[in-house]
Amino acid sequence: MDYALIIEKFVLVVILFLISLGIAAYSTYFERKLAAWIQDRVGPDRAGPFGILQPIADGVKMFLKEDFTPKNSDKWLFIIGPGIAMFTALITSAIIPWGPDITLFGRTISLQVTDFNVGVLYMFGVVSIGVYGIMIGGWASNNKYSLFGAIRASSQMISYELAMGISLITIVMMSGSLSLTDIVHKQHGMDWNIWYQPLAFLVFFICSLAETNRAPFDLPECESELIGGYHTEYSSMKLGLFLFSEYVAMFISSALMAILFFGGYNFPGMDAFSGNLLALLCVVVFFAKIFFFIFVIMWIRWTIPRFRFDQLMHLGWKTLIPIAIINMLITGVVIAFNEGWF
Amino acid sequence: MESLSNRKKVVSDKPMTFVERLYLPAIIRGMMVTLKHMLKRRKTIKYPEEQRVFAPVYRGMHVLKRDEEGRENCTACGLCAVACPAEAITMIAEERKKGEEHLYREEKYAETYEINMLRCIFCGLCEEACPKEAIFLTDRIVPTEYERGEFIYGKDMLVEKVDQRIDITKRQGTGKRGKI
Repeated sequence: MDYALIIEKFVLVVILFLISLGIAAYSTYFERKLAAWIQDRVGPDRAGPFGILQPIADGVKMFLKEDFTPKNSDKWLFIIGPGIAMFTALITSAIIPWGPDITLFGRTISLQVTDFNVGVLYMFGVVSIGVYGIMIGGWASNNKYSLFGAIRASSQMISYELAMGISLITIVMMSGSLSLTDIVHKQHGMDWNIWYQPLAFLVFFICSLAETNRAPFDLPECESELIGGYHTEYSSMKLGLFLFSEYVAMFISSALMAILFFGGYNFPGMDAFSGNLLALLCVVVFFAKIFFFIFVIMWIRWTIPRFRFDQLMHLGWKTLIPIAIINMLITGVVIAFNEGWF
Repeated sequence: MESLSNRKKVVSDKPMTFVERLYLPAIIRGMMVTLKHMLKRRKTIKYPEEQRVFAPVYRGMHVLKRDEEGRENCTACGLCAVACPAEAITMIAEERKKGEEHLYREEKYAETYEINMLRCIFCGLCEEACPKEAIFLTDRIVPTEYERGEFIYGKDMLVEKVDQRIDITKRQGTGKRGKI
C-alpha cells in the first residue's frame, strides 16, 4: 500500500475543498460588487477594506439564523436536499486536471484527484444527480412555490442536458477520448478547441448557464413569481448550502468550459518553461481562465432579463438541440473525411 | 412633429429579421452598455465619512436663540405656532418673576416649548413669523431615533447653550427678512 499516495491525494482533496468553498464565498462578494458597479453603485464596502470580509460576515450570519423546519415538511428529505446539492457541486472537482504534474520531495504528483478515463461521463452523471438536490428540497418543503421551483428546475435541466451532451460529443469525437486529461493534452499551446468548435462552445455555454440556474435561466428561483423558488422554506445554513452550491457549480462549470474549449491550463509559449515553474504558471493561467468565465457569467446575469418559461423550452428544444445535432453531424463528416473514409 | 427629447422611436410590430431573431447581437450590445457602466466613476457619497456641502440657506433643526447677554429671546407670543402649517409647535407661557431678568429678555417667556420633529416640514414659516428673532432654522440635521416620543424636542434640545452659541447669520440674510 502506497501511503504517500493516500496522503498526497488527501491533501489535494482538502485543498480543492477549501479552494472551491473559498472561491464560492468570494464569488458572492464579487457578484454583489459587480451588480453594484453595473448599477452605478458602490456595493458592500463596510466589512474590512473594500468590504473584503463581507463573505465571512455573511457566513456568520447564516449560521446564527434560526434553523426553521416547516411543520408539514418531510423532515429527512428537507435536510437531505441541500446536502445533495452541495455534495454534487463539490465532487465534480475530482476529475478536473488543475495543472501538469509537479515534482515534490522526489515524487511526481499529479494535480488531479483522479484521472478518470470516462471523466466526461462522470461529470454528466454528477450534474444529473445535482437536480435531485433541488427537486427533493422543493418537494420536501410542502409549499406550492417550492414545488413550482423544483419542477421548473428539473424540466429545465433535463431539456438543457441534451443539447449540452450533444455539443460535448463533438469535443469527444475530436479528442478521441472521454478523459479530461487527454482532452487538455490535445489542446497544447494555442491549439484550443474553441477555434474548431465555436458553435459547440456557444451551445455549451448557454446550456451551462441553464444547468447552474444562472440568469437569464434562473426560473427555478425567480423572486417575482415564486418568492424564492425551491428554497422558499429554507433558512439558516440549509439555505446557505443551496446558495453556496450554486456558486460552487458556477466555479466548476467555468472550469469545465476552460478545459473543454479554452485549452485548460495550456497557454501560448508554454514550451519555454518546464518543471514546477511550468506547473505553477499553468495553474495560474487556468485559474485566470476560470475567473474570466465567472466574470462573464455574472456580467450576463446583470445585463439580460429572465426568460419566460415557454421561451426557455423553445430555446432548448427547438434551437439549441438542432444546432448541436447539425454541428455534431458536420464534425463527424469532417473527421471521417480527414481519416480518409471517403 | 419632432419630439422634445429628440429620441423618438417609431414602434412597429413587423416580424423580426433573422439577425434580430438570433438575439446575440442585441445581447452583446446590451453587455457593452453594462460594461460602460461598470467602468464609470461612482457618484456615491459615503455619508458618515463624507458629507456633501449644504446650501447656505439650508433649513434643518431649529434653534431658540439667546441675546448677547445670554437671555432667551422668546416671549411666547405663539405666532410661530399659528404660522406653522404642520401644527408642530406647542408652548406654555409663563410670567417672568423678579430675579429672573438675567434669564429671559421679555416679561413673558415660554415655560415649555416643544416642536414635534416628525410633524415639522422645515418650511421656515416659524422663523419668518417670529417678531423677536428667537427661532431660527440651522444647518444641523435632526438625528434618527428609535421611538416616536423622542422626536418631540423640548427646550433642552432647542435653546442654544450659553457657552455654545449657534451661528445663524447665513439664515438672517435670507427670505423676506432681507439683509440686516
